[in-house]
Order: sequence, then C-alpha cells, then structure tokens
Amino acid sequence: MKLLSKDLLGIKELTKDEIILILDTASGFKDVLKRDIKKVPALRGKTAVNLFFEPSTRTRTSFELAEKRLSLDVLNLSVTTSSVVKGESLIDTALNVQALGADFMVIRHSSSGAPHLIAKHINATVINGGDGINEHPTQALLDAFTIKEKIGRIEGLKIAIVGDILHSRVAKSNIYLLAKFGAEVRLIGPPTLVPKELEELGVRIFHDMDSGLDGVNVVMVLRIQMERQGKGFFPSTLEYSKNWGLTSERFRRADKDAIVMHPGPMNRGVEVASDVADGPRSVILEQVTNGLAVRMAVMYLLAGVRE
Amino acid sequence: MPKELLDKKDIDRILARMAHEILEKNKGTKELCLVGIQSGGVHLAKRLAGKIKEIEGKDIPVGSLDIAFYRDDLNIREKQPAVRRTEVPCEITDMKVVLVDDVLFTGRSIRAAMDALMDMGRPSCIQLAVLIDRGHRELPVKADFAGKNIPTAIDENVEVSLEENGLEDKVTIK
Repeated sequence: MKLLSKDLLGIKELTKDEIILILDTASGFKDVLKRDIKKVPALRGKTAVNLFFEPSTRTRTSFELAEKRLSLDVLNLSVTTSSVVKGESLIDTALNVQALGADFMVIRHSSSGAPHLIAKHINATVINGGDGINEHPTQALLDAFTIKEKIGRIEGLKIAIVGDILHSRVAKSNIYLLAKFGAEVRLIGPPTLVPKELEELGVRIFHDMDSGLDGVNVVMVLRIQMERQGKGFFPSTLEYSKNWGLTSERFRRADKDAIVMHPGPMNRGVEVASDVADGPRSVILEQVTNGLAVRMAVMYLLAGVRE
Repeated sequence: MPKELLDKKDIDRILARMAHEILEKNKGTKELCLVGIQSGGVHLAKRLAGKIKEIEGKDIPVGSLDIAFYRDDLNIREKQPAVRRTEVPCEITDMKVVLVDDVLFTGRSIRAAMDALMDMGRPSCIQLAVLIDRGHRELPVKADFAGKNIPTAIDENVEVSLEENGLEDKVTIK
C-alpha cells in the first residue's frame, strides 16, 4: 500500500485506504515522540520550505517540528518578509523556492485552491497547510487519529461539529474524512454559519445545540473567528456563546464517554467554557501532540511517491 | 520450485540451542533483554524468551523494533516500507540487548537496527541472534548466535514462515 499522489492537497482527493495508511504510519511516529531522542534520520538530506501566506503559529510550528524530527532541513518563509509584498506572483514564488532545492513545500494561503495551483507547476511535493475556506487536510487527519486512539474506531460514531462551518476549512476536511469512514456527522450552529446547502455533503444540520448534542460520541468545537463579528453572521459573541457555546451543562447531553476536541486557538468562554476545555473529557492538547506524529507520517509517506 | 530447508521440529531444536547459547554467553538472564526486528524477528524473540523461561524459570523483557526510519534505501525504493510498532518494555541503557532477526543477509537491516537502538539509550552491549545466516554481507556485521548457516546464491530467496503469521513453521529457499 502506498500513497497515490505526490501531493497532499485535500482529504477529498484521498481514498479511505490511503487515510488508513497515514494513520497507521502515524502510530509508529508516535512511538518515536515518546523517546528521549525524538528524531529519526528518515528524510535526511531533503529540504522542506514552509510557505505561509497567512498568519499561523500552531500549524507552522507543528510542521516545522515534524520536519526537524524527520531530519529535514527547514526554511520558513512568511508573506510579510518575502518578495510577495514586492508583487511577485504565487507561481513565481513557488518556482523560486523550488530552484533553491526544496523537496517539500507546505503551503498556507487565504485563497482556496492556491496549493492546487502551485502543485501543477512544480515537481516538489506540495502539502496543503490550509487554503482559504477549502481544506486543512492534516488537521482532519490528526483529528481522526485522535478519535481512533481515544474511542478505537470512527465507523458508526456520532460526531458533532459546532460553530462557523461555512468559513471553516477544518470542518470541510473533517466532513469529507468522516463521511469516508461512515460516521454520522452533525453540524451545529446559527443558520447564517451552517446553511442548509451543506446537507449536500451528507450531514445532519441542527440549529439547536441541545438536540444536536444528544448522544454524540465526539464534539468538535470550532473557533469563532472574531473578524466575522459585526458582519451580520451572528449578533454578538455573548449571544453566540449563550446559544452555541459548549458548557459543561450542555455537554451532559452527549454520550457519557464523549470527547471534546478543538483545533485551536480557543476563545475560552465564547465557543467553549474553560471547565469543559480543561476537563477530563477534553483531548485538545493531545490533538496538538498527535498533529506532530500525523504530519511526520504524511511527509514520510509522500517522500516515497515516485511519479 | 521452493526447497524446504527446515521444518517445525528443526526450528524448535535450533531455537532451544540458541537459547542455551545466549544464556551461556551472558551467564544467565541478568540485565538481558531481547529485541526482535519487525516483523519476523519479533516472533522469534518471543519464542527465544519462552525457551529461556523454560531453562532458567525467569521472564526477560522482549521488545519489538521497527527500522523503517533508519533504512539506507529510502531514496531508491519503489515505495516507503510499512511502519510497524516499536515497543521496548524496558530502559535499554546498561542492558545487554540481543537483537533477533529471521534472516541475516547484507547486514544493512542490522546497521539500521543498531542506529535505532542507540537512539533509545546506551546498551552495555548489543549481540545478534539470527535463525538463518545466508551470507553475502555488504557491511562488517557478524551474528553472535546463528541458528543455521545456509550458503545461497545472491538471487535466491530465503523465506522463514511462522505459525504466528498463520502459516506453517518452515524455512524454504527458491
């Protein structure tokens, strides 16, 4: 079994078998992360460039550490310091980075489809680190890894995703992945952020949080993007939090062994209450650790694809 | 046409002898630990530990080691090797570690395994136990305990099949 494409652009493009291969490989890397020496020589001599056209701390640091632990040489380019501010085009930037000898390019961009465009023009492996409102595939993979680790399976689970689904690439990637594994996905949030059209993705939509959470095994809480406030999507953060914030009282509606996930960064007291985020059913920090193992697995496997 | 070199009884006798040799060389089970290389070596390591228990009445730690990340052919292989679990149930620093593998051929897996072990700690020594030594070394590697030396041609294939994998215990060459 191997990955079929040199790039990881989205979950949509992966088969279920490829996802299983990535998750199984990530278990091996998690063993490595438990040792004193958390580095392996697997990709020694290769170079990774993290090309971030949008601010990111956690995804970039996670990729950077994953790359270092695979013995890759790492270069970080962020938009504020690059020639992009001088007007260089996206493809020219990518071609220049490739000319430096990059084997991997991790790309984060505010436009949906930017990594796909770059992948068409270069030979280096492109990994989507989040593109616009389209996908954030490694986040969905680390979420799946965490669910499998905690509950043992994904098949047949009831999984609620709460918040701004419309603008969330994390939600999109998770919806695609969970559908491939046969989980029941419920989307919860205000009609402005969880429009009915999303039902086309094969999910159930709830605007009432309590009924949506009934008996679920996993609650994925999304960050309410403060920049959406005042644009008419919801009246105020206070009102959002009153209706769709995950409090310990609401969380009791879920299955007694349910877990709480959040891709970060969290707005405590808005979309999730602190006692839930820090509570015994929260796996939020384990998601961060698992992100390393999953990103190592993705890069290790992509390095083996010959086209 | 595959030719059978060893059957179930042969393998069992060889492992019994190797268990005795390991105990003799190490003067018992003190600070002794067996680490099998994924996947064939892991089953053999468990069987050797069982024999050692029969002889000495003591349990010794048995681990499994995946060497995928340490291979020297990642750049030239058709696809990445499957990654299996690495689980060593004890601190290996200051332990006598016996690496166990099914077939010793070029010695490259053993080089990778030694590098992997060194990243986990500093064993007091590493010894090597293999069921079959088929020759054709490409690195200066030698087995401390060899079940059977089998002269082979470089293009021949030695296969160790084991009950743990749902097969019948035997060693064949083709």
